[in-house]
Amino acid sequence: MAEPILRVAGLRKSYGGLTVTDDVSLDLRPGEIHALIGPNGAGKSTLIGQICGSVMPDAGSVSFDGRDITRWNTAERARAGLGRTFQISTILPEFTALAHTMLAVQARQGTSFRFFRPTALDRSLRDPAMQALARVGLDGRAEIPAASLSHGERRRLEVALVLALGSKALVMDEPMAGMGSEGSRELTALLSQLRHETPILMVEHDMDAVFALADRISVLVYGRIVATGTPDEIRSDRLVREAYLGEASA
Amino acid sequence: MSLPLLIEQALNGLQLGIMLFLMAAGLTLIFGVMGVINLAHGSLYMVGAFACAAVAAASGSFWLGLAASLAAAAVAGALVETTVIRRLYARDHLDQVLATFALILIFSEGTRWLFGSFPLYLDVPPLLQGAVALPGGVQYPAYRLAVIGLGIAVAIGLYLLIARTRLGMRIRAGENDREMIAALGVDIRSLNTIVFALGAALAGLAGATVGALQSVQVGMGEPVLILAFVVIVIGGIGSVRGAFYGALLIGFVDTAGRFFLPRIAGLFLPPADAGLLGSGLASMLIYAVMAVILALRPKGLFASHA
Amino acid sequence: MPERHAIPVRSLLASLAIVLFPLAYALLANLSGETFHVTLATRIAILGLAATGLNLALGLGGLVSLGHAAFFGIGGYVAGIVASHAMGGEPLPFGLPASAQMASVWALAMLAAGLFALVVGAISLRTSGVAFIMITLAFAQLVFYLAIAWPGYGGEDGMALILRNPFFGLATMRPMTFFLIAFGALLAGLAAFAIIKASRFGAALQAARQNPDRLAALGVRPDRIQLVAFVISGAITALAGALYADLNRFVSPSMLSWHMSGELIVLVVLGGVGRLAGPLAGATLYVLLEHFLGGVTERWQFFLGLALLLVVLMGRGGLMSLLAPKGAGHG
Repeated sequence: MAEPILRVAGLRKSYGGLTVTDDVSLDLRPGEIHALIGPNGAGKSTLIGQICGSVMPDAGSVSFDGRDITRWNTAERARAGLGRTFQISTILPEFTALAHTMLAVQARQGTSFRFFRPTALDRSLRDPAMQALARVGLDGRAEIPAASLSHGERRRLEVALVLALGSKALVMDEPMAGMGSEGSRELTALLSQLRHETPILMVEHDMDAVFALADRISVLVYGRIVATGTPDEIRSDRLVREAYLGEASA
Repeated sequence: MSLPLLIEQALNGLQLGIMLFLMAAGLTLIFGVMGVINLAHGSLYMVGAFACAAVAAASGSFWLGLAASLAAAAVAGALVETTVIRRLYARDHLDQVLATFALILIFSEGTRWLFGSFPLYLDVPPLLQGAVALPGGVQYPAYRLAVIGLGIAVAIGLYLLIARTRLGMRIRAGENDREMIAALGVDIRSLNTIVFALGAALAGLAGATVGALQSVQVGMGEPVLILAFVVIVIGGIGSVRGAFYGALLIGFVDTAGRFFLPRIAGLFLPPADAGLLGSGLASMLIYAVMAVILALRPKGLFASHA
Repeated sequence: MPERHAIPVRSLLASLAIVLFPLAYALLANLSGETFHVTLATRIAILGLAATGLNLALGLGGLVSLGHAAFFGIGGYVAGIVASHAMGGEPLPFGLPASAQMASVWALAMLAAGLFALVVGAISLRTSGVAFIMITLAFAQLVFYLAIAWPGYGGEDGMALILRNPFFGLATMRPMTFFLIAFGALLAGLAAFAIIKASRFGAALQAARQNPDRLAALGVRPDRIQLVAFVISGAITALAGALYADLNRFVSPSMLSWHMSGELIVLVVLGGVGRLAGPLAGATLYVLLEHFLGGVTERWQFFLGLALLLVVLMGRGGLMSLLAPKGAGHG
C-alpha cells in the first residue's frame, strides 16, 4: 500500500473542560476518498480546522507529504499542497469565476507580489485558469461574478480553485451541503474522477454520497474515532449503529 | 523626592484612571452589546460638561448641574441611538466611523452655535472647595477626592448592575449572542437604547466632573475619547473589567510620565525646553505602552471570548 | 479585479472628467488672473492625491485606517524640516545632504512614511476590525504629540517655510507652476493606483478584503499583502503631505490631527470607495463645498456633518456611483 500523504496522529484539543478532539489518528492515501462522518457535535469541524491550520491542537501531530506541519499556518499548508474547501462556500463575491481561478494560479506560482503587469492580459494566468474552469464545467460562466453563481456552481468553483492551485491533497468540509439531487450527482461524478489526481479527505452528512464515493470511512463520535474501514465494514459496525441509532452504548 | 508628593501624584493618577474608566466603560459596553464603534462618545462627554456648566450657572447649584449633565447626555445618547446608531448595526465599521464622525461635526458646530466659541467655567461646589489633610502629611483637594470616590462608586454600581440585575443579565446575553437574546423574547431594540443611554450618561458624568477641573469647551471630549480608545484596546475590546484595569494603568502611566519625564529631561536640557519635551514625551508614553502590550497580546489584556 | 470586459465607457468618461476638472479650473483661473482659485485647484489635487493613497489601503484592501494623517503630516514635516535645514545650510540628521529639491524631499518623505507605516502596520494588522481602527488612530496621536513636543521644529505653533522648495529650476512660487507640479504628482498617484489595482498584487489585495480566509486557503498570507499595501498607501499620502507643506509654506501639528485622518476617509467615501477617481471626486466636492458653503455660513461643518450622515445612512457608493454606476464584474 502506498505511503499516506496526510497523517494525523494522536491529535487532542479541548476547550476548558470540554475535549472536542480526543486522541484522533487517521490518514489519507494516494488515490482514495476518505470520508469522515459522525453525529452533530462530534467535533468534525474542529478536527478539520486542526488539519488545515485554523485551530492549533493541544497535542499530537499532523504530517503532510512527509513533513510535520502541526505548527504551520493555513497559508503555509496551502502552499505545501494541502487544499481545502469550506462548509459554507467561501468565495470572493466581487470576483468573476475566472478571477478566482486566476488568483489560484498566481498563488500556485507564488507571484502575488507583482505590481505592474495587468492580469487581464496575462496568458500565463488566464490559460491555466480557464483550463481549471473547463474541468468543472464552468468555462461558459467564466465572466460571471461569483455572487451571481448558483450554489452548485460555487461548489464547483471551489473544486476548480483546488485544481488551479495544483493541490496534492484536498480537505473538503461538507461539499454536498445544500445541493439538490441533480447537483449532488454532478459533484459526486466530479469528485469520483478527481480522487486519482488528488486524494480527498471529506466531512459529509449526505450518506448516499459518502457510500457512493468513499474508499474508506472513519466515524467520529464525541471527538473520538470509533471506527475506520471500508463502507461495507462501517455499515455493519456495532459502534456506528449505536452512535447513529442511539442504541445504548457499550 | 518626598513621600507626600508621590502620594499626591498617585491620587492624580487614580483620578485620571477613574475618569477614563467612565468613558471607556460606555464605549466598550456599546461595542460589546451592539458591535458599534462610536467616535461621537467624546461629544456626549462634552454635552455633559456644557449641560452642567449651563445649569450650574443658571441655578447657582453645581449639584443641579451634575444631575442635568446625566440627564442631557442620556437623552442625547438615546436620541442618537434611535435616529442614527440603530441604522448602523448591520453596517460595516467604515460606515460606523463615518456616521459617528459626522455626528462629531454636528455636535461640535451645534454646541458652538449655542454657546459660542469661548470656554465656559464651572466652579467646584462650595462643599468640596479647599484641601483635605491625608495621613502622611498630604494636602489633597477635596473635590478631586470626591471625584475619585464618585468614580469608584459608579464602577461598583456598574459591576453590580451587570453581575446582579436582570438588565445586566440581558447585557451579558447580548454580548454573547445577539440572536439568542432575541429568541428569548428580550426586546433588543430597547435594550440597545438603554445601554447606549447608560454609556452616554457615564460619559456625560465624566465630562461634568472634569469640567470643574478644566475649562468647558468644544472639542474637550476628543482627547479623552482617544485615551478611552487606548484604554479599551489595551483592556480587550468589549470587556468592562479590561476597561477598568486598562483605565487605571493608563491613568497611572500618564500621570507618572507627566511627573517624571520633564524632570528627567531637565537633567539634559534647559528648563523651558525640558518642560515642553517632557510633557510631549509623556503624551506619547501611553501610546508606546499600548504598542508594546499589543505587540505581546494583540487582543488586549482581558480579551473576551465572544 | 481582473477585468476582461471592454472598459465601460461611462465610467471612463466620468473618471476623465473628474481628473481633468482641477486642470481646467486652474487654467481658467490663471487666465482670468484669479490666483486664489489656482491655489484652490492645487488643494483639490493634493488632497485628492492624499486620499488616493488612503484608497489603496481602504478601498482595495478594506483597511479602515483612522491614522493616515500621520503619513500626511510626516510628509509635510519632512518637507518643512529639509527646507529649514537647506535654508540654514545645515546638513540633515544622519549626514544626509540638505538638498531642498522637491524630488529628493518627496523621496525622503515617502521613505520616512513608508518605514513608519511598516511599523504601524506590522503591529495593527495583527488585529482587525475595530481594533485596527483604534490602533491606527493611536499611532497617529503618537506622531501628533511628537510634533508638539519636539522643540526644534515649531512645536505646537508649527513652522513656516520661507520659500517653496525648488523643482529643477522652475519658479515654484508661481501658483500655476506649482499647480502643474502637484497635478503631475496626482496623475502619477492615480496611475500607480490603477496599475496596482489591475496587477496580481491588486487581485490578492482585493481578495484579502473580501475574504481573508479564502486567500489564506490558497496559500497567500493576507496580512503580508495588506502590510505591503499599507506601506505603499502611507508613502503616497506622505507625498501629498510634502506637497501640502509647500503649497501652504507652513506645517503644523494640525496636519497630524485625527480630524485630518477622519477627513481623508470622508474624501474617499464621498467620492466612492475603491474607485480610481473616487478620492479625487471627493476632494473636489469637499474643497468646493468648503470654499463656497464656508463663504455663506461660518458653520459649514455642521451642514457637512448632516450631509455626510445622509450619504452614509441613505445611499452608498459616493459621487462616482452617481456619475457612473458600477456594472457587474467591474471594479
